[in-house]
Amino acid sequence: MKEFYGKTLSWTTTEGVIEVALHREPGNEIGSETLLELERLGVLLASLDETTHALIIYSTLPAGFCAGADLRELYERMQALSPERRLDGVRDFLERIHRVMNAIDAAPITTIAAVHGVTFGGGFELALTCDIIIADKMARFCFPELRLGLIPGFGGIPRLKRDLGNAVVRDLLLTGRSFNAAKAQSVGLVSQVTGEGEALNVARSTAAQLAKFDRETATVAKRFIKHIPEAELRHEIETFCELFVRPEVEAGLKKFVESTDALPYLP
Amino acid sequence: MSNLQETTEQILTLAAQHFKVPRERLSPDDDFFKKLGINSLQTLDLLTRLENHFQVELPDYELQGVSDFRTLAERIQARL
Repeated sequence: MKEFYGKTLSWTTTEGVIEVALHREPGNEIGSETLLELERLGVLLASLDETTHALIIYSTLPAGFCAGADLRELYERMQALSPERRLDGVRDFLERIHRVMNAIDAAPITTIAAVHGVTFGGGFELALTCDIIIADKMARFCFPELRLGLIPGFGGIPRLKRDLGNAVVRDLLLTGRSFNAAKAQSVGLVSQVTGEGEALNVARSTAAQLAKFDRETATVAKRFIKHIPEAELRHEIETFCELFVRPEVEAGLKKFVESTDALPYLP
Repeated sequence: MSNLQETTEQILTLAAQHFKVPRERLSPDDDFFKKLGINSLQTLDLLTRLENHFQVELPDYELQGVSDFRTLAERIQARL
């Protein structure tokens, strides 16, 4: 499927580069609809032809790349289910999103996240599946999950640990603070920082450079240097589920849903 | 290194330019949420612009409860 136009994301393929555009208002929150469409992307990645060599993920929304999981949907679903069923539902969602994130992470082509603005929670985790993160200088990264009584659940911490020193990971996770693109580059999370509005253009020129190399060689090189932290990813799902049944989570989600603030999880 | 007055002046100029408010309408003790008419998403944008301009790192929690330009300048000054 060279092209796909969904409700939350779309993609086109041009000259061997798949461009995935996230476009779900207001902040590309990842809920069940986005998950379904990401799963379609997973199917595409499992059946790539030899002419495809790169993938770029970006957002068309001014607010940023992705604000994370759709917490409003999560809360509404929680309210409709018994406590036992809630956990089953969350576990099912986590298993599915992990399969998609792992598929992007291990894709046999080079993947680039071109990010700007809010790159929080699940959005940050999506960017972390990519081989290269190119950030607009106005991009901001954050794991706000502790404010909800949770840890990141889409594979973020194992992938962040893979790329960064543990001190930075602990700072981000335990303080819930955000940091900007310059800081992200200084700690080795982001490989290139661009001017405002230029991340996608830079990602495209990077993807064009990748086309000069034999794809099989690039795939082997990627597998050589980028392992999938499978045991930690499994552990993350179990830890998330343990936390999810605590009353603090429902209280945190309720506070979030009832807030009228544009970014209720920020201090 | 800028002093507090210079830092405050630079913040006011940057905020006026970006949020298209006449510079003369802004003063150090103004509540920037009200004066600039910005929400938390735009505040995050302002924070990033200030960090980039002054080349400092401002953790969000240090700005908790800060709503006026003067205190904001003090927080930045402490990092210069």
